[in-house]
Amino acid sequence: MSHVLGVKRREGTRGRLRPVWEEEPRPAGLAAKGLVLALACAGVLFPLWIVVVTSVSSVKTITEAGGLVVVPRGITFVAYQELLGGGQVTRAAVVSLGVTLVGTLFSMTVSVLCAYGLSRSGSVLHRPLLMILLATMFFGAGLIPTYLLVQGLGLTDTYLSLILPSAVNVFNILVLRSFFMSVAPELIDSARIDGAGDVRILWQIVMPLSRAVLAVISLFYAVGYWSAWFNASIYLSDQDMMPLQNVMMQLVLKQERPTGLAQAINTGHLSPLSIQMAVMVLALLPVAVLSPFVQRHFKKGMLTGAVKG
Amino acid sequence: MSQSKVAGPARTTDDRTEAPSGDDGQAPAGPPEAGPPGRTGTGGGITWRIRLRRDRALILMTLPAVLLVLVFNYIPLLGNVVAFQDYDPYVGDNAWQAMARSPWVGVEHSARMVDDRLFWQALGNTLAIFLVQLTLFFPVPILLALLINSFVRPRVRAVAQAILYLPHFFSWVLVVTVFQQMFGGAGMLAQTLREHGHEGIDLMTNPGLFKFLVTFEMVWKDAGWGVIVFLAALSAVSPDLYEAAAMDGATRWRRMWHVTLPALRPVVALLLVLQVGNALTVGFEQILLQRTAVGPTAAEVLDTYVWNVGIQFGDFSYAAAVGIVKGIFGLCLVLAANKVAHMMGEQGVYKR
Repeated sequence: MSHVLGVKRREGTRGRLRPVWEEEPRPAGLAAKGLVLALACAGVLFPLWIVVVTSVSSVKTITEAGGLVVVPRGITFVAYQELLGGGQVTRAAVVSLGVTLVGTLFSMTVSVLCAYGLSRSGSVLHRPLLMILLATMFFGAGLIPTYLLVQGLGLTDTYLSLILPSAVNVFNILVLRSFFMSVAPELIDSARIDGAGDVRILWQIVMPLSRAVLAVISLFYAVGYWSAWFNASIYLSDQDMMPLQNVMMQLVLKQERPTGLAQAINTGHLSPLSIQMAVMVLALLPVAVLSPFVQRHFKKGMLTGAVKG
Repeated sequence: MSQSKVAGPARTTDDRTEAPSGDDGQAPAGPPEAGPPGRTGTGGGITWRIRLRRDRALILMTLPAVLLVLVFNYIPLLGNVVAFQDYDPYVGDNAWQAMARSPWVGVEHSARMVDDRLFWQALGNTLAIFLVQLTLFFPVPILLALLINSFVRPRVRAVAQAILYLPHFFSWVLVVTVFQQMFGGAGMLAQTLREHGHEGIDLMTNPGLFKFLVTFEMVWKDAGWGVIVFLAALSAVSPDLYEAAAMDGATRWRRMWHVTLPALRPVVALLLVLQVGNALTVGFEQILLQRTAVGPTAAEVLDTYVWNVGIQFGDFSYAAAVGIVKGIFGLCLVLAANKVAHMMGEQGVYKR
C-alpha cells in the first residue's frame, strides 16, 4: 500500500506496482503465498458461513446434513421469526442494544472530555491527573474487591453494573489524547483569540478534525459493551435482565432450550440447531456490519495512541 | 483489555500514518510537550492561582473520568483489606459494614496458599498456557504481516486485512461457541469423521489438549488484529534501504533478513514485554467459558481460581489473598520484562 509510494514504478504483467529494481517473483512462489493467505482467510470465513447457512436452513435440510449445513438449500427464516417474535432472546437483544448505546455514549463523553482536558499540556494539574490514569494500566485491584465495591454501592441487579465499572478505558483516552494533541495549535489559538472557550474549541474544532479516531474509539467501546457477559453473570441474578451474550451462552454452550420455543422444537417445526445458530448470527451481525466501515481508520487510531504517555 | 497489547511503537516515522488531522495537513509544531503557546508558561511570571483559574475548564473536563477511575480502580485497592480479615458478608447490611465488622486475622489466608494444592495447580496451568501462547501465538501475526506485506497489489492486501481483522471484534462467547460447533463432540469435524467411518473426536473437552485449544482460539480471534502493528512498522521502513540493499546485490531473502526484520525489532520487543508482563493473566473470560467442559485440572488458571473460590464459594478473603499475590507477581513481571528490554537497548513500555 502506502509503503511503495514515492518509488519509481514499472508496470508489471498485471498492472502491479513494483519498484524497478525488484525482481519479479517466481510464479510458484507467488502461488504458494497466495494459497497460504487464501487458506488463512478461508479459516476465518468458513465457520461464519456455516453458522449463517445453518441458521437459515429448514429442519429437513439440517436433518439430512446430520448437523451443520454447508450448502444452502431450503432457506427459511423461521428461526429468526421465532426468536425475534418476543420472548427471551428478543428481550436479551434489546437489553444488549440498550446497554451498548447508552454505555458507548457515556464512555465517549467522559473519555473525549478527559482526553481534551489532558491534551493541552502545560495546563495546571495536567501531570498528576494523567498519572492517576496511567498508573491503572500497571495494576488492577482484583476481581474480589471490585465485586465487593459494586455490591457495596448497591449496583447489583441494575444495568448500571454493566456500564459503570468498565466505562473508562485509559488506553482509549490516551489514543484520543494524542490525536487531540496533534491538532494544529495555531487553529486552537486563533479560536481562542476569537473568544471561544475550551468547550467550544473541543466541539467545533478539535472533534470535527478527529472524526476518524472518534469512530475507531466508539467502535472499541461499543464492541466492548456488546461482547460483555462476565459483569452480567456476576452482578445480575434476574434472568429477564440478561444481555444477549449470556443468553447465547445458555442456549449454545449449556444446550438449554429457549423458554417458549420448546413446543415448536418438540413438534419438529424448528431445529434446535438453527435456533442456536440464529442467536449466534444475532450476536455477530452488528459487529460484522459495523467494523468494515471503521476499518480504514484502524491503523491511524492504533498507532498514534500507543504508549506515549 | 487486549487492546493494550497492540499498543504500537510511539516512534513511527511514517508521516503518512501519523499525519495530523489538521485541515492544512501541516505537521504539528514541535514535540507535543511544547504544547500550544500560552499554555506553556511556568516561568512566565503567572502565578499558580491564575493558571488554575485559566485552566479550570480543562480540569473540570477530566474530572468525570478521573472520578470513575478513582471509584472503580483505586477504592477497590483498599477493598483488598478483606484478604487480611475473616470477611463475612452477612455481618453487615452492605459490603462496607461487613468489612468494618469482620475480624482481622493478619496473613493467615496468604499462608494457606503454601499448602493449597489447587492454587499451585492453577499457577502451573497459567504458566503452561502462557508458554504455549508465547511460542505458538506470538510469531503468527509477524509471519502474517510479512506475508501480506510481500503482496504488492493494494487490493489483495486490503481484502486480506479486512477478513483477518474481523474475528477480533467477536466476543469470546461467540468464538468459543463457534469452536464448539466446529470441533465439539457434536460438531462439524466429529460429524465428518463419523460419516467416513472414523471415531468422532471432541477437542473441546480434552484436558490434555486444552492449552493448544485456547491458543488456537486465540490465533483465530486475534492473530489478524495483531498484524496491524507489524504492517505499520513495515510500512515505515524507508524504500531507500531496500533499494540500496538491492544495489549492493542483496537477494530478496537477504533484504528481508537485513532490512525488514531489523525494522520489526522494536515492535517485537515492546509486544514481548507486554506479553510477559501479562503472563499471569491468560484469557480469563475465554478460559472461564470452557472451564466446566474441560474440568479444572487443566482449565483452572489463577483468575478463574479467584473467581471460583471467591464468587462461587464465597470465600472472599482467601480469593482476595490469591488476587493480591497474583497482582504483585504480575507487577514484578512487567517491571522485570521492561528492565530486560532496556538492557537489550530497546525502549520498552515506558522510558527509563
